[in-house]
Amino acid sequence: MKQAGSVQQTLRHTAVGLTDERAVAMYKTMMLARRFDERGQLLKLAGKVNFHISGITQELSQVAMGFAMDLEKDWFLPYYRDYGLVLSIGMTVKELMLCLYAKGEDPNSAGRQMPGHFGSKRLRIVTGSSPVTTQVPHATGFALAAKMRGQSSVSLVTFGDGSSNQGDFHEGCNFAGVHQLPVIFVCENNQYAISVPLSKQTRGRICDRALGYGFPGIRVDGSDPLEVYRVVSEARDRAVKGEGPTLIEIMTYRVTGHSATDNDLDYRTKEEVEVHKKKDSLQDYKQYLVDAGLWSDEQEAKLQVEIRAIIDEANEYAEKAPYQAVEDSFRYVFAETSEEGR
Amino acid sequence: MPVIEYIEAIRLAMKEEMERDDNVFFLGEDVGLKGGVFGTTKGLQQQFGEERALDTPLAESAIAGVAIGAAMAGMKPVAEMQYSDFMFPATNQIISEAAKIRYRSNNDWDCPIVIRAPIGGGVFGGLYHSQCPESVFFGTPGLKIVAPATAYDAKGLLKAAIRDPDPVLFFENKKCYRLITDEVPDEDYVVPIGKANVMREGSDLTVIGYSMPLHFAMQAAEELSQEHGIEAHILDLRTLQPLDRNGILEAAAKTGKVLIIHEDNKTGGIGAEVSAIISEELLYDLDAPIRRLCGPDVPAMPINPPGEKHFLLNKEKLKTAMLELARY
Repeated sequence: MKQAGSVQQTLRHTAVGLTDERAVAMYKTMMLARRFDERGQLLKLAGKVNFHISGITQELSQVAMGFAMDLEKDWFLPYYRDYGLVLSIGMTVKELMLCLYAKGEDPNSAGRQMPGHFGSKRLRIVTGSSPVTTQVPHATGFALAAKMRGQSSVSLVTFGDGSSNQGDFHEGCNFAGVHQLPVIFVCENNQYAISVPLSKQTRGRICDRALGYGFPGIRVDGSDPLEVYRVVSEARDRAVKGEGPTLIEIMTYRVTGHSATDNDLDYRTKEEVEVHKKKDSLQDYKQYLVDAGLWSDEQEAKLQVEIRAIIDEANEYAEKAPYQAVEDSFRYVFAETSEEGR
Repeated sequence: MPVIEYIEAIRLAMKEEMERDDNVFFLGEDVGLKGGVFGTTKGLQQQFGEERALDTPLAESAIAGVAIGAAMAGMKPVAEMQYSDFMFPATNQIISEAAKIRYRSNNDWDCPIVIRAPIGGGVFGGLYHSQCPESVFFGTPGLKIVAPATAYDAKGLLKAAIRDPDPVLFFENKKCYRLITDEVPDEDYVVPIGKANVMREGSDLTVIGYSMPLHFAMQAAEELSQEHGIEAHILDLRTLQPLDRNGILEAAAKTGKVLIIHEDNKTGGIGAEVSAIISEELLYDLDAPIRRLCGPDVPAMPINPPGEKHFLLNKEKLKTAMLELARY
């Protein structure tokens, strides 16, 4: 990402409506997501946790999305790589770590679901599952409820490029289009559905499908968080004004395997991955802030120490925390009445 | 007390619940202006407006999935599947989502939806407008399943389903719509989910079932009483999930001879589970092996009249099976 213009001119983050503080806060959240994700990979390698799935390189746009939304009113339906998104809307590293260790205090599922299956009513994050794309019609349902109740809530739903081929993508988008519902559909196109590359998933551009549903579809560069912020903010404004849904395709690249148990070199070359790893757009965004006079090497060093401490503390806490008692592991199939509940 | 049709009971239950609670709405194919292909929702769009009587695109997974989203947001949606035969595209939403939302979120989220779906044949619907899909959903923890046989139960169970905090599949029998009429009070009432009902008292054999075939059993029972002095005890399960274990055991113990009936095919059907419950608890109290009279294990019934008739249960088939068991 390039710094456009000099400080005498309007800075890009100011132009898209971000204060200096929020532009910096976005960077801090991106770095927190990156370091948490790296720790997750290490913990899986060390055999401390049973599963980890990574969103590295996608956290820039995930955080930018979160910052463009209204945390008091909107609904969030993230997919399993969205550490950046959930951190930007209020989930803590401690909570993510409890989820990674599948401990009882995990707010997402009390350690019932795999890590990355987010959900927290307190944070307006809707519980998700593993069969991909089921969340898309749910987002439409949340938007329908908001419209029926005259509330100005917008639902933001994310999914991968592979998911865009599921029937639920089509059904959810089409329904929302018919009723002009306040939904933002975000495809995080990291160009792989496990091992199958985009070229074998679809021939067209995913964003162009919006044309068929009668609402705008926009493709945006995922390495440019300010542009992502601008596009999502505009989509939110349209939704709130009753102008209906938007489909946003964020172009990115998955630099890790699908999950910690996937050897990606079975289906792509090291060279291909290296090209993308070298283009570390998180460093580019940092440089933008430095050039804008908002960030310095001293602040960077301090941030890294702070993040390290947060993650270490959360890791230690989660590792020692108890699992959900097995006596409770069959609870909540149905609502518990006062006689059944304890 | 007014005598009304089964279909009218369903319509009244929705109307009254929508009047009682602004969060209740329904959605589905042709349910709005047309009032449903069977007329179940007739007049409701005129009363409640387009939003609460919502015509949807022809897409069952979205009908279920959008309803699930709205339910999680605090609404009380009633999603209609036009025929239960067309419910399968929504199966992932029903089984992977609705059934697991409370459990997977450790009680943080809930999903109070009702999915209404007409089941059963006898209307010349051929393979794909006649099926009984109960067994597909039956083994899914997290779903409640009801299947009323009378107008009284249809109204009371639908009201209970709409007020229930968890997902409920409401299997209404399309043959019952206009054929079955009974007394339904004007006053508000619910039929509790999970409670079976004794339709007829008797001491010679027990018939356990649900939905339309129970009416054949009732007719057969009257004839057996008059012609042979055989008195059948008939239990309507009403709720398939959770099954009324105590109600089943009481009814089985009453006569020691059990015939289980349903239109869904025999293998893997509800009757297999009812039979297992009785075997687990009451095997040595039985005076005869447990019998099942069900739909045959073929994919579905043909549309040609002799083929359809041959597939379906009827009074004569019931009478023969009941007499044979009584004389065992």
